[in-house]
Amino acid sequence: MKQLSRTSRYRTAFQTILTKEILRFGRIWKQTVLPPVITTTLYYIIFGNLIGQRIGEMDGFAYIDFIVPGLILMAVITSSYSNVVSSFFSSKYQHHVEELLISPVPNWIILAGYVGGGVARGVAVGIAVTLVSLFFTDLSIHHYGWTLVVFVLTSILFALGGFINAIYANSFDDISIVPTFVLTPLTYLGGVFYSIRMLPEFWQQVSLVNPVLYMVNAFRYGLLGTSDIHIGLALVIILLFIIGLTAFSLNLLKRGVGIKN
Amino acid sequence: MNALSLNNLCKTYNNGFEALRGIDLAVSEGDFFALLGPNGAGKSTAIGIVTSLVNKTSGTVEVFGHDLDRDPEAVKACIGLVPQEFNFNQWEPVGEIVVNQAGYYGIPRGEAWRRAEESLRRLDLWDKRTEMAMKLSGGMKRRLMIARALVHNPKLLILDEPTAGVDIEIRRSMWSFMTDLNRQGTTIILTTHYLEEAESLCRNIAIINQGRIVEHSRMDRLLHALHAETFLLNVKEMPARLPELEGCTMQRLDDNTLEVEVNRDLGINGLFEALSRNGMEVVSMRNKQNRLEQIFIRMMDANRRSA
Repeated sequence: MKQLSRTSRYRTAFQTILTKEILRFGRIWKQTVLPPVITTTLYYIIFGNLIGQRIGEMDGFAYIDFIVPGLILMAVITSSYSNVVSSFFSSKYQHHVEELLISPVPNWIILAGYVGGGVARGVAVGIAVTLVSLFFTDLSIHHYGWTLVVFVLTSILFALGGFINAIYANSFDDISIVPTFVLTPLTYLGGVFYSIRMLPEFWQQVSLVNPVLYMVNAFRYGLLGTSDIHIGLALVIILLFIIGLTAFSLNLLKRGVGIKN
Repeated sequence: MNALSLNNLCKTYNNGFEALRGIDLAVSEGDFFALLGPNGAGKSTAIGIVTSLVNKTSGTVEVFGHDLDRDPEAVKACIGLVPQEFNFNQWEPVGEIVVNQAGYYGIPRGEAWRRAEESLRRLDLWDKRTEMAMKLSGGMKRRLMIARALVHNPKLLILDEPTAGVDIEIRRSMWSFMTDLNRQGTTIILTTHYLEEAESLCRNIAIINQGRIVEHSRMDRLLHALHAETFLLNVKEMPARLPELEGCTMQRLDDNTLEVEVNRDLGINGLFEALSRNGMEVVSMRNKQNRLEQIFIRMMDANRRSA
């Protein structure tokens, strides 16, 4: 076989990891795609329809219309995160991460492949819960480009978070600690179900340190055209987080933390 | 050119354990090389460093002239590894495991499947390609790891206990497979606890103990250094009193079995002649211990005493 160029080798390696990841969560779709769809559907029914009708309007929108963007993004965040954390930790646990470590695959391709897998699951779940939302609301998209950018960037950010969690995790318990004690509170307090303008001034300021708030509002702007915060600032914050987490992940891979020795 | 050169390779783990204390090792291209040592001697650490699974503390590693620090990708591209423990995704189909490994080496999917087929057929696993790896037997799992390691045609194949836990029939077919592979030009480094395996397959040998190389030579030269061999002889009729023969010592084990340590100067012919002169007829004989095993045990004992 003729000598392969470096670019071609890298592309193939990336496609291999990505395909493997997609096939992995596809094979177990009942555990990976279906549960967030059911959970989100329950949110639509209970908070959107039953309770939402009593709440009335929020920021000029019916309550169900207001919470749909946050619920979609919440499913995307959870799915992207858990795909990478469970897949990479499992590859450590079963030692098949060694298949990658002994191969001529640079660390950034390994990271890109796993994050790509997380984004793919985030997209799959995001599309599924968006389709379900059409049964409860007339979803109209205010800004397609913006919606797509925030959707993908948020998914990347939390896939990176899942990767770092997997690197440090030593047991299956460790991969559920962050989602339970960090991710869920941040998401619920990130303005999914309410506008922070409803909060007292002090709690509004406290909410601003929650990065999920920026993502939920940026995504809500894309769908509804309304946001509690400046969307330019939201984009900058998301990008800064992605850059920081990428650099940190690559450093961990370079030092072999949790995967070598 | 050397397939592998280790220079002053050291590894100290975070807990302070010194696994390697300055190892120098050279394996020639095309060699079938045995790396032996007791458990915890440092074999797996050395292999881990060469295959990028363990970070070294100091020293250099070169594979076919490529330096591990300067050009890790070139080093990795030359090596195929069959590790001691199963390290594939048990919930992945057999074919996918091999094809994915090829993909990590940059081999496009179509070509990867062609190679996977070739590799799996050679190891009698092609019919299992759609089955989940967890459903394979222990021997099949070992062969799967060999098929996976060969899919990118490595110039250097490292086999860490490849025949551990497999039955004798499969072990022998794996020996024949490894010999063929070596004849075709693949350099092989083998670690094993079956010393007869190393003795019959390998041309050169290094013995590692407590993080140091304690022997590094040609296999035949090392075996030649053995001054005496011990045999178990089955004799037709055991004499009432054992004859005293020069160059060997005898011990009666039961009514028909003798344990005889024969000096190299006397040799087997000399032994038979001497027994014949004393009216003893040998029905059958076998080595009490594999020759390499004798050397290995003596070396480890000497090492323990000097420590």
